[in-house]
Amino acid sequence: MATLKKLKAVKINQNHLLGIQDLSFSDVSLILDESKHFIKLNKSSSKKVDLLTGKTQINLFFEPSTRTQSSFELAGKRLGADVMSMNIINSAIKKGETLIDTAMTLNAMHPDIIVIRHQDSGAPNLLSQKVNCAVINAGDGRREHPTQALLDALTIINRKGKVQGLKIAICGDILHSRVARSNIYLMNMLGAEINVVAPKTLLPHSIEKLGVKVFTDMKKGLEGCDIVMMLRLQHERMQGSFVPSPREYYEYFGLTPDKLSMAKKDALIMHPGPMNRGVEIDTNLADDINRSLIREQVELGVAVRMACLKLFCRKIL
Amino acid sequence: MKEKYLINCRIIDPKNNMDEFGGLIIDEKGKIKALGSKVSNENLPKDVEKIDLKKKILIPGLVDMRVFVGEPGYEYKENFRTLSDAALSGGVTSVVSMPNTLPVIDNVSMVDFLKRRGRDKSRINIFPAASLTKNIEGKQMTEFGLLKRKGIAAFTDGVKTVQCPQLMSRIMNFASQSDSLIMQHAEDNILSRGGLINDGEISTRLGLQGIPDLAERIIVERDLEMLEEYFCKYHISQVSSKKTVSIIKKNKEEGKIFTAGVSINNLSLNENDIGEFKTFLKLSPPLRTEDDRLGLIEGINDGTIDVIVSDHKPEDEESKRLTFDKAATGAAGIETLLPLALELFHNDSIKLDKLIASMTANPSKILGINKGNLDIGNDADLCILDIDKPWTVKQSELKSKSKNTPIENRNLQGQVLKTFVKGEIAYERN
Repeated sequence: MATLKKLKAVKINQNHLLGIQDLSFSDVSLILDESKHFIKLNKSSSKKVDLLTGKTQINLFFEPSTRTQSSFELAGKRLGADVMSMNIINSAIKKGETLIDTAMTLNAMHPDIIVIRHQDSGAPNLLSQKVNCAVINAGDGRREHPTQALLDALTIINRKGKVQGLKIAICGDILHSRVARSNIYLMNMLGAEINVVAPKTLLPHSIEKLGVKVFTDMKKGLEGCDIVMMLRLQHERMQGSFVPSPREYYEYFGLTPDKLSMAKKDALIMHPGPMNRGVEIDTNLADDINRSLIREQVELGVAVRMACLKLFCRKIL
Repeated sequence: MKEKYLINCRIIDPKNNMDEFGGLIIDEKGKIKALGSKVSNENLPKDVEKIDLKKKILIPGLVDMRVFVGEPGYEYKENFRTLSDAALSGGVTSVVSMPNTLPVIDNVSMVDFLKRRGRDKSRINIFPAASLTKNIEGKQMTEFGLLKRKGIAAFTDGVKTVQCPQLMSRIMNFASQSDSLIMQHAEDNILSRGGLINDGEISTRLGLQGIPDLAERIIVERDLEMLEEYFCKYHISQVSSKKTVSIIKKNKEEGKIFTAGVSINNLSLNENDIGEFKTFLKLSPPLRTEDDRLGLIEGINDGTIDVIVSDHKPEDEESKRLTFDKAATGAAGIETLLPLALELFHNDSIKLDKLIASMTANPSKILGINKGNLDIGNDADLCILDIDKPWTVKQSELKSKSKNTPIENRNLQGQVLKTFVKGEIAYERN
């Protein structure tokens, strides 16, 4: 069992991690600082600590997920918690049980933390009103995906030293993206300048009121940017036609070396995954180890989730 | 029944342009015998029942043009008895019941059932609406003539819109033969598909799919164009956006004859009230911006919008305690219609006579019913009102079977003290 340097006992102001919108600057700083300790731990040969020994973590994923679910599972296990991942397909939810009833059932088993992903915006908020443990949002509808934004911030800080003053372009399907929303709130809070680049049909109403500049011309949107965040076209959330074809989308909104040349020379590429190669991103760019942070995002994701689990696991507070 | 002398009150009857202090006499049959300043304590005959109203306000019982009952099929949400109790405590004595029941009110035998249940279980006047299309499927029109002859007051698909322009034009064309009133819920279902709240900053922040006001405008524009070709009695059930108000205004100014309504919710609340996923404020049409709300108030003031409705839609707790996506749409509101409307008087948004007219004389005129006025010889359906009384809305005190009020804990000013139906006291506040 590895040991961690004893940290000062500090508390997060929230009982649950429902969204970046609820966090203060000091909450965010605390999570990011805490995460840095786990980056090192995750690279060492003994990755397990006993911070959450005896605690129970339930992963409740109502939507398919590879990286987020495995990341949370691994994070919990490395902290020593007992982790249970519910398989929704075999559960009572398929038999018509409501979210609240499921929550009450799970609550009766005395978990210390519930990690939830749900297709409906606000589902974690509803859950948090009904259970006695901490709730961590692992993505709800198109609203928020706070741990993704936090790991993105950590990745940027890891490479660029800070977020403040950077110019970040978020490109693609903003309309359906919780990652975009959480990142807009977080990067704004951390002092970045944000451009969003998307076809008009994939921009949510009044997005500029969230504190971003809107571009429909990708080259203009990427001009002078330090970070280019690409988003996936979320076909599963689309009702009807938003863009004519993947080909047309790639032509105008796919990240190509030509368009990337408008950004700063040392601009870095991020993507929350899963990627659609050749739709939103050129396949060589995605694999360019000098430009692409995509693998690093996944790596630091585990550290951020360990920090969140530790800080929000209520008994520790 | 003895004659009743209601004295010492301020009588407001918008239909007869009356606003004066005095009293009102109810005869032995429960009809209005006389009213006005001459009815006072001084000229009271012996052997009558005297009711001193202590300077409170007497208005005609309200007429609510948009109410969901739940009977048949959804009795667990509301039945005629609970609806009647709720209505009376809010001063409402006549309602138009929506046809969105199980089964749908779309045939003659259902009308008999409704009339019988309404008569036996409720003390208010029920004016049933039937659907525009069979089973509210938007495919086959209902029997306007036969249904109207049976006593149907209006035709509407309630929560749904007739999408097909061909069918809608034929409905307008055919319904005019029987002089039937068509009430359209104006919403393009394709434009609003998947939508949950107003399309705007709030929907973006909450991550909920928006309903653009374009969805409403496009149906209103379409129907008003059709009205030019196929004139009929046409009413837009609920307007929710400022832009729709201006379309209606323009068409009225051009001389087109039709009417429009608005829900008290859209007049008193806006999208900000949804807060963090308050499903009790998931409504159709959705609450829109403050600018839209002010536009609707302006619409009442300049006569563009004719009536205010409660859009009373009782939903049980279970169907509201869900995620916003899955929660039922609608709010209970019949018993708070008048007090919430009075908020608009107290904050100088709408003049009192205008406000009362929009819930009494105007709906009655549109429906062609002799209610919502204090004409001599008419049924004494009355509401006695303390216009200044402060109180707080509490779910637990609501009479409706479902408690899905959108204004829980709201402080209101103005409360109904007594409600008379056909000359009898049907409700009295303790």
